[in-house]
Amino acid sequence: MPTISVTVNGEERRAEIESRMLLVHFLRETLNLTGTHIGCDTTSCGACTVHWNGRPVKSCTIFAVQVDGDEIRTVEGLETGGQLHPVQEGFWEEHGLQCGFCTPGMMMTAAALLEENPHPSEEEIRFAISGNLCRCTGYVNIVKAIQYAARKQAGAEAAAAGGA
Amino acid sequence: MIPGTFEYHAPRHLDDALGLLAEYRDDGKLLAGGQSLIPVMKLRLAEPKHIIDINRIAGLSHIAETSDELRIGALTRERDLERSDIVRQRYPLLLDTANVIADPLVRNLATVGGNLAHADPANDHPATMLAYRASVVALGPNGERVIPIDDFFISAFETTLQPDEILTEVRIPKPNGRAGGAYVKLERKVGDYAIAAAAVQLSFAYDGTIAEAGIAVTNVSYTPERSSAAEAIVRGNRLTDDVIRAAAQAAADACEPTADLRGSVEYKRAMTRTMTARALRLALVRAGA
Repeated sequence: MPTISVTVNGEERRAEIESRMLLVHFLRETLNLTGTHIGCDTTSCGACTVHWNGRPVKSCTIFAVQVDGDEIRTVEGLETGGQLHPVQEGFWEEHGLQCGFCTPGMMMTAAALLEENPHPSEEEIRFAISGNLCRCTGYVNIVKAIQYAARKQAGAEAAAAGGA
Repeated sequence: MIPGTFEYHAPRHLDDALGLLAEYRDDGKLLAGGQSLIPVMKLRLAEPKHIIDINRIAGLSHIAETSDELRIGALTRERDLERSDIVRQRYPLLLDTANVIADPLVRNLATVGGNLAHADPANDHPATMLAYRASVVALGPNGERVIPIDDFFISAFETTLQPDEILTEVRIPKPNGRAGGAYVKLERKVGDYAIAAAAVQLSFAYDGTIAEAGIAVTNVSYTPERSSAAEAIVRGNRLTDDVIRAAAQAAADACEPTADLRGSVEYKRAMTRTMTARALRLALVRAGA
């Protein structure tokens, strides 16, 4: 069986795995990082979204062996130093979830969007999350949560610039 | 869902990948974006014994224009087409297509070469490349050959690419003079295959007539297919409402949809007509005609 070495949320993890093991199973079962959800298991719902070298992808449709030597970021890696990521704070403040099942994937997609486009329009937000399904249909608050995160991030940057 | 067991190979060079393909032949399968292959492996519709992952091979992900062609590395992701200035400025048909394939997360991995080599008649790039009169480059043990797209698709999931060949590049003729293109897709929701879709690429003569027309449709035939009858109606004419109507009807008459959860034969034929008409009109607007 191949051994892979992957940097997951900044920490190097090594494991011997079967080639056929999907990335989502590697994260959940081998590393016990169960924040990443398995929803449809058919590349449709986006609940399993993680960042692979910075890009949001569906971890149910990637073999874990493919990410050998690479960087993976999961929902557990959003928080830094006890501080919620602006996206997490947005979902909290704007009630961006109902049942919460799609939330980890939604937040990973949102975080990647804001890295690429810090000031997205509502249309751009909706386009970006079009591969993430919320079966509670709570999209209105999900969009508000991401808008909150964008404002928060911009405010933090302005404050940092002001203090510099 | 758990795929069958396989041995994993991640060659760093094309030569090594070709060697592995030659060694394993029908037991080997190339893995590009994996967004079609992995789902079919999870369903056990495919159980290749050897997976040859080409993602670690450099030099397959370019988007560059030569004097007469746009050359796209086979491993280019849809998201990179969407963000390419060259594509955004000069290849609206290709941009439209990249924008509606699956969903944004899938497009971060899905490749243009994989979309073509998989040869699913429901895939979007086949119609687009037929409309562009593109060609694909196949690299094999005896070197490279350039396959015109009309000689590429044989049937559903079947192409003239040989088991020991790798699709390395897609080449689109550079549009000359006044030209315009569009891809119009009807889908039930983001991420679904088309109910019907139409790809149109037009170039105009100085007198405003259509010098060359490429028209092809998605997911309404068993093999990705050019609408030759529709092209013949358009070519040499001005795109009047009558000509658009006649061409769209010809595309609808020639297609061979099957009834499924996306609709009846009659509905899909009607939507093929509508999508073709809309794509023709949009291509016309974009050409500034």
